[in-house]
Amino acid sequence: MMRETRTVSHAEDPHSSRRDFLFYATGGVGAVATGAAVWPLVNQMNPSADVQAASTLRVDIADVPVGSQLTVLFLGKPIFIRHRAEDEIEAARAVPLDDLVDPIARNPNIEGEVEALDENRALAPFGDSENTGEWLVMWGVCTHLGCVPLGDGAGDFGGWFCPCHGSHYDTSGRIRRGPAPENLPVPVASFVDETTILLG
Amino acid sequence: MSGIPHDHYEPKSNGEKWLHRRLPIVSLMYDTLMIPTPKNLNWMWIWGIVLVFCLVMQIITGVVLVMHYTPHVDMAFASVEHIMRNVNGGWALRYIHQNGASLFFIAVYMHIFRGLYYGSYKAPREITWIIGMLIYLLMMATAFMGYVLPWGQMSFWGATVITGLFGAIPFVGDAIQTWLLGGPAVDNATLNRFLSLHYLLPFVILGLVIVHVWAFHTTGNNNPTGVEVRRTSRKEADADTLPFWPYFVIKDLFALAVILIGFFAVVGFMPNFLGHPDNYIEANPMITPAHIVPEWYFLPFYAVLRAFDGDVWVVIAASFLTGGIVNAAFFGVIAMFGAIVVLALVPWLDTSSVRSGRYRPMFKWFFWIFILNFFLLMWVGARPAEGIYPYIALVGSAYWFAYFLLILPILGVIEKPLPQPETIEEDFNAHYGPEAQGGTSAPVSNPAE
Repeated sequence: MMRETRTVSHAEDPHSSRRDFLFYATGGVGAVATGAAVWPLVNQMNPSADVQAASTLRVDIADVPVGSQLTVLFLGKPIFIRHRAEDEIEAARAVPLDDLVDPIARNPNIEGEVEALDENRALAPFGDSENTGEWLVMWGVCTHLGCVPLGDGAGDFGGWFCPCHGSHYDTSGRIRRGPAPENLPVPVASFVDETTILLG
Repeated sequence: MSGIPHDHYEPKSNGEKWLHRRLPIVSLMYDTLMIPTPKNLNWMWIWGIVLVFCLVMQIITGVVLVMHYTPHVDMAFASVEHIMRNVNGGWALRYIHQNGASLFFIAVYMHIFRGLYYGSYKAPREITWIIGMLIYLLMMATAFMGYVLPWGQMSFWGATVITGLFGAIPFVGDAIQTWLLGGPAVDNATLNRFLSLHYLLPFVILGLVIVHVWAFHTTGNNNPTGVEVRRTSRKEADADTLPFWPYFVIKDLFALAVILIGFFAVVGFMPNFLGHPDNYIEANPMITPAHIVPEWYFLPFYAVLRAFDGDVWVVIAASFLTGGIVNAAFFGVIAMFGAIVVLALVPWLDTSSVRSGRYRPMFKWFFWIFILNFFLLMWVGARPAEGIYPYIALVGSAYWFAYFLLILPILGVIEKPLPQPETIEEDFNAHYGPEAQGGTSAPVSNPAE
């Protein structure tokens, strides 16, 4: 009887397995085609070539007096370049690691994940001279939700204070209190001569 | 629709019959407009029409504003001033559009609170509620992106903070944020895509509004008693309902007229009352305004976002349990979106078998505290995140979540509801019948006679 033959397994029924194959193959091709059509529509929203183009910036710091900050715009965000005074450096170096919310230096110029000591955050000087911590270079972007913190000794720790949601950073740009989870990150930066910093 | 017995469209002339056989569009419009509507609806049932009006008004004023606006970081701010000063009647169009967003949100909050009080979200109207919540989410996205377009300081920094929410997601956050912005920071690419989406989403909302109306036309309207319209006979259905046209249309339009008097008074005399003066300063990525505040309609959720900092025990516990993956920033984001999620899930969180809050003596108290708490959160969301304010925000946020996750599920079990009327007709006569008018048995004199 015809009905009986319908109950045999697909492997023994060439018509059914052929139809199944075509069904799944069509579905598979359809899924790939849909994905291929959707991906460019998603990817177009990623940064365009001109935005992506590896960007560098040379900053002349010869005229930045001690105890003041130069702010430059780099990749659409501000960079703080602070010429720190002696007392700021001392305050930053006196903080025990246990007092820090985020114990990681967040400095891509040093390989590996190092402790958030001020020595590991301040920009290394030109040549081989000792890092006195005179220059602190970091992104001026609060690690909470991206506001620009106020500088010049703002906040309870004499460093920076984010007015948006009340995050306090110390004189080494490390988060000490408030909702921000991480220290202000250090950008890829280096001295190319005595008075020029290369960003990126 | 709605299973309530009522008159149906009958094509009469040959022309009508010709069209009806090919496209029953007149029939569809007739059934939509003549839908039997519970005759005891009170003034809280007018906000739907106000919302439809707002959507149409925003689309029309928006379409003409785009004719004069330039979506480029160097020109956007100036082009808005160009609209204000040079375009014929441009100031009115922009102020209507700008304040129209506020009217839209006033209406949507009233509409949502109406639904919460009278249990409009309960079976069988869960889909109507969920579609409504989707519309509300899209409204928020649209309003947020629209606020970025004038390219003022609040536009720029609001966009930075809100897109930063996505950056707080563990592992993939940075990639998502960069993808949303089209670069490392809010810039021209961001402005362009926000205009595109700000133009698109209202039409998605329009589509969802049609589905929203379709859903509650299928189930029938809720009403202040929460008692269903009798569907057993035409006579009983007629005693409980009146057709939407003309009775409710005229009522709704009257209410709309009263509301628009207030609206145009604001547009004319105090158009910037609900705005922020900092948005008349052009966007500057180097300077953060001292105090970033979103538009008023986002403030309750902004307060929830800021309430959870690293000192709150639930945040510390979450951070500990996840090995630091859920930090304070991400927790705040989860809380903010969670506040909307619990609102959307209320049909399944409320365990009470009684629909209307009118017959729920304990629920009433918690409901009005919920409303007061909403305004408390709105107020504290506009205050700086210092001193006592974060604690107030934390208490308010805790009540918000407790209301949905504890109070509504428990109340349904322990509360003893008051007796409900048998029918809508009974409730209508108690409120508006001859007995209820002045309490005398004398015939009510009709001045029109």
